[in-house]
Amino acid sequence: MSNRLIDLQHITKAFDGTVVLDDFNLYIRENEFLTLLGPSGCGKTTTLRILGGFETPDQGKVIFDGQDITSLAPNKRQLNTVFQKYALFTHMSVAENIAFGLRIRKKSEDYIREKIRYALKLVNLEGYEERTPDSLSGGQQQRIAIARAIVNEPKVLLLDEPLGALDLKLRQDMQYELIRLKNELGITFIYVTHDQEEALTMSDTIVVMNQGYIQQVGTPEDIYNEPQNAFVADFIGDSNLIDGTMIQDQLVEIFGVKFACVDTGFGTNKPVDVVIRPEDLELFAVPEGEDTQSSAYQEAVRSAERLNPGYFEGTVSHVIFKGMHYEMEVMAHGFEWLVLSTRMFQVGTKVLMSVDPFNIQIMKKPESEDEKAVGLEEM
Amino acid sequence: MRKLRKLWLDGPYLVWMAAFIIIPLFTIVYYGLTDKSGAFTWNNILEMGTPERMKALLLSLILSLIATAFCLVMAYPLALILTGMKGGATAFIVSIFIIPMWMNSLLRILAWQTLLERNGVINQILGMLHLPKLYIINTPYAIALGMIYDFLPFMILPIYNSLQKIDPNVVNAAYDLGANKFQTFWKVIFPLTLPGVISGITMVFVPALTTFVISSFLGGSKILLIGNVIEQQFTQVGDWNVGSGLSLVLMVFILISMAVMQHYDKAADEETTKL
Repeated sequence: MSNRLIDLQHITKAFDGTVVLDDFNLYIRENEFLTLLGPSGCGKTTTLRILGGFETPDQGKVIFDGQDITSLAPNKRQLNTVFQKYALFTHMSVAENIAFGLRIRKKSEDYIREKIRYALKLVNLEGYEERTPDSLSGGQQQRIAIARAIVNEPKVLLLDEPLGALDLKLRQDMQYELIRLKNELGITFIYVTHDQEEALTMSDTIVVMNQGYIQQVGTPEDIYNEPQNAFVADFIGDSNLIDGTMIQDQLVEIFGVKFACVDTGFGTNKPVDVVIRPEDLELFAVPEGEDTQSSAYQEAVRSAERLNPGYFEGTVSHVIFKGMHYEMEVMAHGFEWLVLSTRMFQVGTKVLMSVDPFNIQIMKKPESEDEKAVGLEEM
Repeated sequence: MRKLRKLWLDGPYLVWMAAFIIIPLFTIVYYGLTDKSGAFTWNNILEMGTPERMKALLLSLILSLIATAFCLVMAYPLALILTGMKGGATAFIVSIFIIPMWMNSLLRILAWQTLLERNGVINQILGMLHLPKLYIINTPYAIALGMIYDFLPFMILPIYNSLQKIDPNVVNAAYDLGANKFQTFWKVIFPLTLPGVISGITMVFVPALTTFVISSFLGGSKILLIGNVIEQQFTQVGDWNVGSGLSLVLMVFILISMAVMQHYDKAADEETTKL
């Protein structure tokens, strides 16, 4: 991949004694779509505001293209921001909003007119020049905010939860729009959101944050398939997060049942966090009233064991039809397992539940509560 | 049914409007355009033409314009400072400016009279400090000072309110797009507060133009504003027709200044979009 464009080094920021970012380190590559993802209060917006120049870190440095810009004023930075709730100038027309940055830079009127046309075309709002922001829908205002930022040809576009105020359908459309824009412009996007689906859809790199610390940095696939700790596993997608014991390499015990897995290097008899995605759990029905010696039962056991020597016995307790699949809850060993399957099992069905060793994700347990938030170094 | 409910809800307001706005207005127009026998005449209006009354009207206009300008220049920076402050401190300072408004206006002007008198509090203090004394009581300066003091809060509040309504990110967006503080203020902040500025100007200019209390307490009996002239017609001369005629003329002046203001409001709006 290309060069580091932005380097955040040892950034610390506190508001009224509350530490929001603690020794935060991150680099951002050129032409990357990087998403800062985390629950509210995790420090993602503060990170963006430090990049934009609206906050100054208490400690640490912001290096942009080799230059220290930590205390450079926002109007001197080569990046532009698309703000939450758009922040358009309501006393100006759409064209005037887009022209704002160009007029400040004293560009010629011909150049400005050309740029406005180009930007409106890019965001699919041709012919909207003379409209006022108030007369536009949320999605249209959002596009104008993006157009207003990109006409200045920034090297980096900062986007602060730009789709937060839009309804679901529009949000999905805008996600594709943003990916297209990013590819057409060929610039770096830094995107802040608390919506994990948005992050997975659009990003090249996701930075999962919690309580001012980076939890994991990686591609959407990495983050989803190989969460490094319980927080990431819990935050990204639905998952079954349980306590387990690593008996030895490639063998984990969950609720007293030994499962084969592929993870190594956790030591022997070590408590671990185990994540199993709901779509990875496989169910095998046990016919009603059959005892454990019956051939039907044995058949189910063989099916389960083909997948993994370990399996649970449980009962389906809830079924919801979700269109593409069924979302089910299976009660086994006193734990409600979330299972996604295209096959439907009636409530009350006795099932055997198993999982491919490859789909069991083992994570180190934090040694103390505090360590849940411990920052992990860059990938 | 719905019609009945509507009438029931609207009724009180209609009665109010008729009793306290429309009928009084028509009464003034009637008195203003008739003589004592009830016959139609323009004479009451033309009464404004005497040199003494024209002088009073001109002085009223000048003083209220000066007071409005001073209020605007003082109120805007203060409103900006208040907007920049956090939480409790703002509420405290805003209430400091509002609390005097709860006190009787007459009392406050009377207090200024005591302060400004030839041997009043201010001059006694200046005397003790061996500084030159201030002789502005019974001059237009004192009247302007009284107007500024009395009406300043009416300028601060609407401007402060309109500043408060600006999303901080709109200001940040201006910086983000390369504007410096000066450009951000003139191209974004000020245009967005224009409605507040206009209503502040209106709320200072109109009462200043029509006041007679401030001028009679701080201007002595020698300086007459148009408010005093009209007041005298009713209370001393007892000629309701001329008094009504004069106040109609004043009303026309206020309407004209409102129209001018509206015009500038729109022009400024168009101006800023053309920036």
